[in-house]
Formats: sequence, structure tokens, C-alpha cells
Amino acid sequence: MIEARIRKSFPGAFTLDVHFRASAGVTVLFGPSGSGKTLTLDAIAGFIRPDQGRILLDDKILFDAEAGVNLPPRARKCGYVFQSYALFPNMSLRENLTFATQSIPHLERHRKVNEMLERFQLTEVAGRRPHELSGGQKQRGSIARALIGAPRLLLLDEPATGLDAPLRNELYEIINQVREQYKTPVVLVTHDLEECFAVGDQMLIFRDGCIVQAGTPPEILDRPEGVEVARTLGVFNLLPAEVLFLDPGNNRSRLRCLDHEIEGPYLPGHLLGDRVSICVRPEELSARPRDGTPGPNQVPLELKSVSERPHAVRLQFSGPVSVDTPPAFYEECRHNRNWVVTFPRESLRVLKT
Amino acid sequence: MVLMAIDWFPLWLSLRVAALSTAIALVLGGWVAYLLANREFRGKEILDAAVTLPLVLPPTVLGYYLLVLLGRSSPLGQLHEKLTGSPLVFTWQAAVVAALLHSAPLLVKSARAALESVDHVYENAARSLGAGEWRVFWRITLPLAQRSILAATALAFARALGDFGVTIMVAGNIPGRTQTIAVAIYDAVESGNGAVARAMVVVISAVALAILWLANALAPKPVSR
Repeated sequence: MIEARIRKSFPGAFTLDVHFRASAGVTVLFGPSGSGKTLTLDAIAGFIRPDQGRILLDDKILFDAEAGVNLPPRARKCGYVFQSYALFPNMSLRENLTFATQSIPHLERHRKVNEMLERFQLTEVAGRRPHELSGGQKQRGSIARALIGAPRLLLLDEPATGLDAPLRNELYEIINQVREQYKTPVVLVTHDLEECFAVGDQMLIFRDGCIVQAGTPPEILDRPEGVEVARTLGVFNLLPAEVLFLDPGNNRSRLRCLDHEIEGPYLPGHLLGDRVSICVRPEELSARPRDGTPGPNQVPLELKSVSERPHAVRLQFSGPVSVDTPPAFYEECRHNRNWVVTFPRESLRVLKT
Repeated sequence: MVLMAIDWFPLWLSLRVAALSTAIALVLGGWVAYLLANREFRGKEILDAAVTLPLVLPPTVLGYYLLVLLGRSSPLGQLHEKLTGSPLVFTWQAAVVAALLHSAPLLVKSARAALESVDHVYENAARSLGAGEWRVFWRITLPLAQRSILAATALAFARALGDFGVTIMVAGNIPGRTQTIAVAIYDAVESGNGAVARAMVVVISAVALAILWLANALAPKPVSR
């Protein structure tokens, strides 16, 4: 279990101010570049010293500003996998692993290194220098090196950056293996939402040096807590709207959006006339060519452009509104300029602006 | 043959003095460079400036400082005289000190740059794997910086070999005892011994050229990761 309360100011107005707790499993730090994710990892590993706060790993205090405790990185037992892997270029892969076995009794080192090389399928390339290894081998090597000393926590800084799809999947398998076999808690930095779903048990959304939401990836995707979070996730249509009507008795509300009225469930905590954002994913909307007058919750829009997605066609409408539709359906209606987009009534998400 | 007739003692003395002073510069200068590259302390930039000063001061000024510092009436000079029975100034040991002062700044500057050029990510990786600062230095920082440091050492050796001003102020010009090659060439020109001067000039130029070539060959090439 790791609990971290970290505050650090940098001249130039950036302040990192985060507080979180992560137990077993994989915790993903998600957010745009420069939002403080890697700084948080560095503070846990002991590479930077926070101005205030306290970092606790299991029952061990790694850092406590008030008590003046600041363990050096070597005493923290945090395995760190760097974005660039940081395998020592002056050593072979085997020597890289051996370097990390200082805490293991002499007689067992050799066996332990062989065991890790075997487990990560690196035995054949153990004698090679890092620059002679492939990307996947470097990645496995750096994870093996970080794990060999039995760390209490594994930190990964954007491990999938620069890897192609098969290597990414291999990485996710390794991380899942670490979770199950080593029971080592993992903290992983990423700005890839798919990665959060592939490996994350818990997800922390970073923005401007703060954590703006915490939860499981499906929870967060289903209920982003604010426009900021929704924008960070980058998968939502965010449409400005105004609250026109609220009826708690019948669990109803009406909003004006894109010059049309849209019905939704009752919106607790909102007042008539509130400016809000409708937050809806492209796959939650449906579109069909326009014929006749639009029905309830249907908004007529003009098709602007089309792009292919792996499992759908993304239609870009005026507004702007994006809608995902099955490729077969789009093929049938591709010659239409005017469409109607249907907003779901029950699951309409509304966020305060 | 002219070459046979020349007394080559000054060349050997110069090589010996340069080798010894470079060795001392490597240990002392390496330590100062490590402090400058890795530690934050008060007066760090003042130390850096003080170490660089000999590069820009006229050699006679350095020589004057050394005479004051090591002369027979100075505490250091008296200590040396008590321990060894002879004064420090105007001996070949004084020439070593002169060459050290002349060449160490170059080494400190380059070694600091070499140590600072090592990507901190490797040092941090080593620390997170349980290595202490000593082990990080010997196993990671130094091996990754060693080519640059060796190149800097070769340059420092070449510079030590060529010192004239400081040497003549504190070690003098005693043939067969403190006359280094730079001083010997000056002496030969002064006394109209053109053939000797020419021969020595050619030899020392060749030696310096060889060292520079070595330094260039040692300088690190871009490494792919």
C-alpha cells in the first residue's frame, strides 16, 4: 500500500499538489504532458524532494517533511522503469541485472539472474549490450532489472511510448503477470486511455499538478466529475447547453442545446437557466439520414467529414458533434448531407461548466 | 649528428614533471570536478572561478603567488625544508607544482563537463536499484564519462609539458636539475644555439601533436542507445 501526499512548487508557477492512496494492483496516473505525473513518480522514488507532505510505503515512511525524514532512493525499494528504459550502456544485459542484486545473498545472485532472464525470455541475448537489443527486449530487460531486487512497489513511466501494437500487448501481459505473480503494487504513468483500461485497476486523473478524479477506469469514463476531466479523457462531445425545465417528480429535465430542446433525467443540484455542458461519447449517440420532422431528442445536423475507426465510422457533424456508426449502415446512407442525431434520454450526462 | 650532440635531459625532465603533475591533477582535480558536478554547496561558483583563475592569469602572476606560498620564508616552504632538508623552490618538485597549477584547471573544467554530461537517468536508475553514491560513481558515472575524462587528461598532460612562465619563476633554469624543455629552448635561443633550439622545437611539437591526436581519438563518439 502506498499513500502519498506531495506538494512541490517550481519557480515559474507550476505547483504539484497531490494526495492519493493506492493498494495492490495497478494504479494508472493519467493526464496530459506536464500535468505532474512523472514528477509524482520521481517524488515517490526519491529523485526529487517535495516541499511538504508525507510518503508512506506499507509501514515504512519514505518521506516526511515535518519529521525531516527523506530516505535516499537506494533505501526506498521502489523499482523504477524509465521511459527510455535506462539500461546501463556500459554493461551487458546480464550485468545490468546483476547490478541490481546487491541485496540478494552472494550465492543466490547467479541463480536469481538466470531465473529472471529465463522468465522474461532474455537468456539468449543476456550477453548483449543494450544497443544490440530490440525494443521489446530492452523493455523486458528493464522490467526484469527493476523486479529482481523484490521491490515493494514498481513505478513505470510511460512504458508503452514508442512501442508498436504487438509490443504494447506484450507489455500489458507482463504488467498483468507482475500483478498476479509478484503481488507488487504498480504505479504507471500514461497518457493513453486504452492503456488505462488494459492494465488499470485504479485511475487517477492529473491536471495542472492536481488529481481531479480517482476511480476505476470504467467508473471515470462513465461519470467524469467535471468538464476538465472529460476534456482530459479526450473522448467526449462537450456541448454547451442551458437548463430550461426541471421536474424532480417525474425525473425529467429539458435542456437547450444546438438550438434544439433535449430531454434528460432530473438534474439534482442544478437551477433553471444554468449554463452546463452535455457530455456524451460518440458511440452513445446515433445518427440516421433526415426524413420529415425530427422527433424528441433528435437534432438535425449537417455532415461535415467522415473518418474510419477500427470498429466504426466516425461521422463529424456541424456543432461540432462526433457520432460513431457501424460501417455497414454508413455505406447505405453515405450520400446524405442532412442527418438527425439522437441523444439518449436516460443516460444523458450533464456537467457544470 | 646534431641530435646526438644535444643533451636531452630537459625533454625527459619535462615528461616526468608532466606525468607526475597530471597524475596529481587527475586525483585532486577529479575530486573537485566531482564536487562541482554533483554537489550543491555554498560558494560553489566561487570555487569554480578560483579553479579557473590560473587559466587566465599571466604565468608570472601565478609564479609570484607560488614563490610567496612555497618560498623559503613561507610556512609551507619551511615545512618542506624541515622534512627533506632542502628548500622546495628551484627544485624539480617545484616544477611539478608549477605544471600542476598550469594544467589542473583545464582538467577540472573538462572533467566537470564530462561528469555533468552523463545522463542522470542512468544514475537515478542505479540509485533506485539499491546502489549508494560511491557505487553509482565507480560503476555508472565514471565508466560513462571515462573517454571524455581521458581525453581531458591527455590535454592536461600536453599543457603541463609546455609550461614556461610559472616554471621559470619557481623552479628556475638550472641545467641538469630544473631545466625543462620549454626553458631549455628559451635558453638555447638566448645563447644563439640555433641548431639545438630547432631540434627541440621539432621534437616537442611532434610530441604535442601526438598527444592531441590521442585526445581526439579518445573523445567520445555519439553513442546509439
